[in-house]
Amino acid sequence: MFLTDAEKAMRDGAEGPAVAAAMDLLLRYGAALDASRLCDIRNVAGTMTQPSPVKARLVKEHGWDKAFAVINLDSDGDFEVPPMAVPTCQLQHGFGADALGIVPYPKENIELQADGEAFYGRHGVNILATCTPYQVGNLPMRGEHCAWMESSAVIYANSVLGARTNCEGIASTGAASLTGKIPCWGNHLDANRSGTHLVDVRVRVDNFQDWGMLGYFAGGVAGEDHPVITGSIGQPDLTDLKHFGAAAATSGGVELYHIPGITPEMPTVEAAFGGAPLPSPAVYGPAERRAVYETLNEIGTSADVDFVLLGCPHASVDQMRRAAAALDGRRLSASTELWIMAPRALKDVADRSGYTEVIQRAGGRVLADSCPAMSRAAPAGTRVFATDSAKQAHYLPAILGIEAWFGTLEECVDAAVTGRWNGGLS
Amino acid sequence: MSAVILHGRTVVPGVAEGEALVSHEPISGWGGIDPARGVIIERRHELYGVCFTGKILVFPSAKGSSGWAGFFQTTRLTGTAPIGMVIGRISAKSALGAVVTRVPAITDLDADPCEVIDTGDWLLLDNSTVEVTKR
Repeated sequence: MFLTDAEKAMRDGAEGPAVAAAMDLLLRYGAALDASRLCDIRNVAGTMTQPSPVKARLVKEHGWDKAFAVINLDSDGDFEVPPMAVPTCQLQHGFGADALGIVPYPKENIELQADGEAFYGRHGVNILATCTPYQVGNLPMRGEHCAWMESSAVIYANSVLGARTNCEGIASTGAASLTGKIPCWGNHLDANRSGTHLVDVRVRVDNFQDWGMLGYFAGGVAGEDHPVITGSIGQPDLTDLKHFGAAAATSGGVELYHIPGITPEMPTVEAAFGGAPLPSPAVYGPAERRAVYETLNEIGTSADVDFVLLGCPHASVDQMRRAAAALDGRRLSASTELWIMAPRALKDVADRSGYTEVIQRAGGRVLADSCPAMSRAAPAGTRVFATDSAKQAHYLPAILGIEAWFGTLEECVDAAVTGRWNGGLS
Repeated sequence: MSAVILHGRTVVPGVAEGEALVSHEPISGWGGIDPARGVIIERRHELYGVCFTGKILVFPSAKGSSGWAGFFQTTRLTGTAPIGMVIGRISAKSALGAVVTRVPAITDLDADPCEVIDTGDWLLLDNSTVEVTKR
């Protein structure tokens, strides 16, 4: 891999042992990718504060600097962590102190994370604490090279914003935060941003649920490649594409898609394929839509719903407003809990707008920072949950060993109020 | 039994010898494996409930969350890691995952490793080659 003189100096220790360890990881990683060089970045979204058993042990025995070295740089070295070299934010992590007594979640984790927030805050990490940094002020520019984790944020940054990032990991974002460098590979290169699969939508996709199901289908079709969506689609909003991307990154490994006329980078279907002949399309019609719906609901057998989860990826203000409207004047079933996960900054907006109060009056909760999948925590005794998120319907059964129902926000709220799942594909 | 030799590109240099565990489906890290036990936990997966500890993991690609590499790094730190990786198609997730698992890994092979190799075959992964001895 080609290195500039400045990069060689970093590798050789000119900026201290932590930066040298970061460069060492980037060199091993770049070689693994067969990357030809590094690129400069000024926007890192990673995870440093998230509690884990390994981190708890490292911090207890050796302190936070060692935990960063091992987990965030994959280094065996002993050194102090310097300030972040470029703007760096913390993505979603565990629950905070305000979840105590609501979420069955270890107090030790809350304390470890609070300690971590203080440590990393001192080192210049912005504690956004959300899987949707693009909802709370971290909005990369079109063409901006970034080093982001979180598959649903990566696909949003690449596709909706036209920024450029691979789906980075804990160690590569850690190394990027101290160097402002990441291997210039994959999505960073013009040649790799064309479409590869054509999805022809023949059933109207015009609401949140349908955008999620279409995303789940597109991920199944394209795998790790780049689907191009055309056909019978309405105008999506941020919330719709947040759901679409999260689903496509879940069923496949999609990091970049194009919707010509909607997303910014490829104005036409022809442009999206770089002038190459169009591939034969994968048709998304009524039968394919039903098949996706049934896949997302195949884990559900009992209609007795213990738990309703909204806000994956973290809810927009509009999703909280809609949940409040659906819950207004109603009361949750005694046997059911309802949680809405949101970025803390947007929960503050919901609090001020009165939405949180309406949701709480019905018996629901608005929670920040985390989610049941991230923190492996659901209400005690949960056996069956319902969600409006294709991503959570996919993951949570595996993570918590529970059954899942997937439906609309309104069906989920009805399930929370009645304790029964009555959803169905309209 | 005669051996087949596959040629590819080194992802992580080194030599590993052991039994193959072949997945024909992509593997998820976060939500796909339990690093404490070294077991695949994705319910819809063909290897649901199967342990990869001490095996050479042969798989077409990585999918899902960006926690992929972090979860496989944890398998190294908790002693449940595979001893090598044969990766059909490399990505940022699997490249970083192999690096931080610190096990020999290879990709870009001259034949589809998930077709040529069966679970239980004996593999000698040596930098840019994989010697496959059928079980």
